[in-house]
Amino acid sequence: MKFNEQQMAEFNRLVARYPEGKQKSALLPVLHLAQDSFGGWLSSETMDYVAELLQIQPIEVYEVATFYSMYNLKPVGKYVFEVCQTGPCMISGSDDIIGYIKEKLGINVGETTTDGMFTLKTVECLGACGYAPMMQMGKFYREHLTKEKVDAIINECQKNAAINN
Amino acid sequence: MGRKLLLEKAHVEGIRTYDVYRREGGYRSVEKALKTMSPDAIVEEVKKSGLRGRGGAGFPAGMKWSFIAKPEGVPRHLVCNADESEPGTFKDRYLMEFIPHLLIEGLIVSSFALGSNDTYIYIRGEYAWIVDILEQAITEAKNNGWLGKNILGSGFDCNIHVQRGAGAYICGEETALIESLEGKRGNPRIKPPFPAIKGLWGRPTVVNNVETLAAVVPIINEGGEEYAKIGVGKSTGTKLISACGNINKPGVYEIDMTISVEEFIYSDEYCGGIANGKRLKACIPGGSSVPILPANLLLKTAKGETRYMNYESLSDGGFATGSMMGSGGFIVFDEDQCVVKNTYTLARFYRHESCGQCSPCREGTGWMEKILWNIETGKGKSSDIDLLWDIQRRIEGNTICPLGDAAAWPVAAAIRHFRDEFEWHVANPQESQLRNFGLAHYADDIHVPATV
Repeated sequence: MKFNEQQMAEFNRLVARYPEGKQKSALLPVLHLAQDSFGGWLSSETMDYVAELLQIQPIEVYEVATFYSMYNLKPVGKYVFEVCQTGPCMISGSDDIIGYIKEKLGINVGETTTDGMFTLKTVECLGACGYAPMMQMGKFYREHLTKEKVDAIINECQKNAAINN
Repeated sequence: MGRKLLLEKAHVEGIRTYDVYRREGGYRSVEKALKTMSPDAIVEEVKKSGLRGRGGAGFPAGMKWSFIAKPEGVPRHLVCNADESEPGTFKDRYLMEFIPHLLIEGLIVSSFALGSNDTYIYIRGEYAWIVDILEQAITEAKNNGWLGKNILGSGFDCNIHVQRGAGAYICGEETALIESLEGKRGNPRIKPPFPAIKGLWGRPTVVNNVETLAAVVPIINEGGEEYAKIGVGKSTGTKLISACGNINKPGVYEIDMTISVEEFIYSDEYCGGIANGKRLKACIPGGSSVPILPANLLLKTAKGETRYMNYESLSDGGFATGSMMGSGGFIVFDEDQCVVKNTYTLARFYRHESCGQCSPCREGTGWMEKILWNIETGKGKSSDIDLLWDIQRRIEGNTICPLGDAAAWPVAAAIRHFRDEFEWHVANPQESQLRNFGLAHYADDIHVPATV
């Protein structure tokens, strides 16, 4: 397990933002980079590699990785649906959207489809309350969700996966 | 139509790019500040403006700046808090997404005032695409000589870095944010020492909200006194309100803090009334942690006076009959919404976001969530309501950081104003699963027009 040349360049760019000796400050962004680079989750092997790169103890990485909700500590599907369920989304119908995704994909919250394509997670407020109900998928938000939109997103993912294979 | 200082140009086509932003008068405040003003003079101008922190606490920004320690040979830092996470709040996102150069401009002037050569924007991890927008704006600013070494020949060097968080509401608390920026868990620090003395890497640090730092631009351009003329009393300038929930026009609005709550909800210029022709039941006017108010106390104070969208009026009556301006996250509930269920989702949110350092918060938030879940699902006991009250009271004021208070207040206010709805759930376990309590008397004695 190693960053490739391009990922290493990004690593170096991140570390250069802090004063000398304060490279630990790069830990959060470096963990994002590692998660994106190594299959969408952080294995203990990945975390140990990050510790080595930043010259800190592995425990310093573990304690951070387990604190923040965006780091996946077990494998996830190719597409992760993170649906907001906090107050403003709830009063705008997020329960129905979560129920519909469960039904459509045949999985419960926290599960991944058997083909490894989709994971469904519920999350707390993502700062899109005026565009509710919504979910995060990868880098972007999908807002004003309806059942039709959910169908379209699932189709889009399947199409993209077919093209990339 | 109220004055607009921050979003006036937000809809100009291409304003996200440097060329258009500059053509529209952007970066004038940097020229003025770096060429004609001393750092202390900028702090004075911000003090005169009466600008209050827009993140939620409302602390005077100029005063916060004046606390920064200046030990010789020790670098100082400005950190922009873009960890916008308070449910109901999405104004900073809007500002950064649509007019990113305004924030960068405000950051340059503020960095000069505070003597920060390396300034950090700490942005919540989920706003991943906005990181790219900000980095693009920073690159453009740098290429045009507004960042880097010896800016405009002033001798002032400044770089801005964007740090992405990774999902933690608590990192909006300034000392937790600093911990996170140092690559640690977001556990708030015990104060004192305050960040102004010992902050990032032990250096003097000022942490300000995105909107606060953007507001520095019009303050420098027009002068603090001019800025203070907008608004009323100690609510000077303009405020971004992110409106959501059961309204016709959810979105981000810039208000000048002289309009009434009623106008804000029902005017077509703002929320456009309650959606689907329903009636207003309740509102959380300043982000999830501030007290929820029933319609009658929202539109008028307990004294029967009109309630306005500003710091003083929204908190008129204290927590007994008032609420707070908070972060400007304005959440509107129509007559069909269930206060018990909403309170449950907020309790779950705070349990999820508690960092776990202090027992009252760590244990209390989980306890409240469980009890509320029981009441919501028809398994509550009548003693549960008093138990909830007791738990929230024991959390408030007993934790290192304000997350404990933020978790306690919504529960307290829901019981204070909607106790009969909780009692109805407990007394009618089956019926409460089939229908909501409804509007009841919350809208009595006031004019609440239905909108179509």
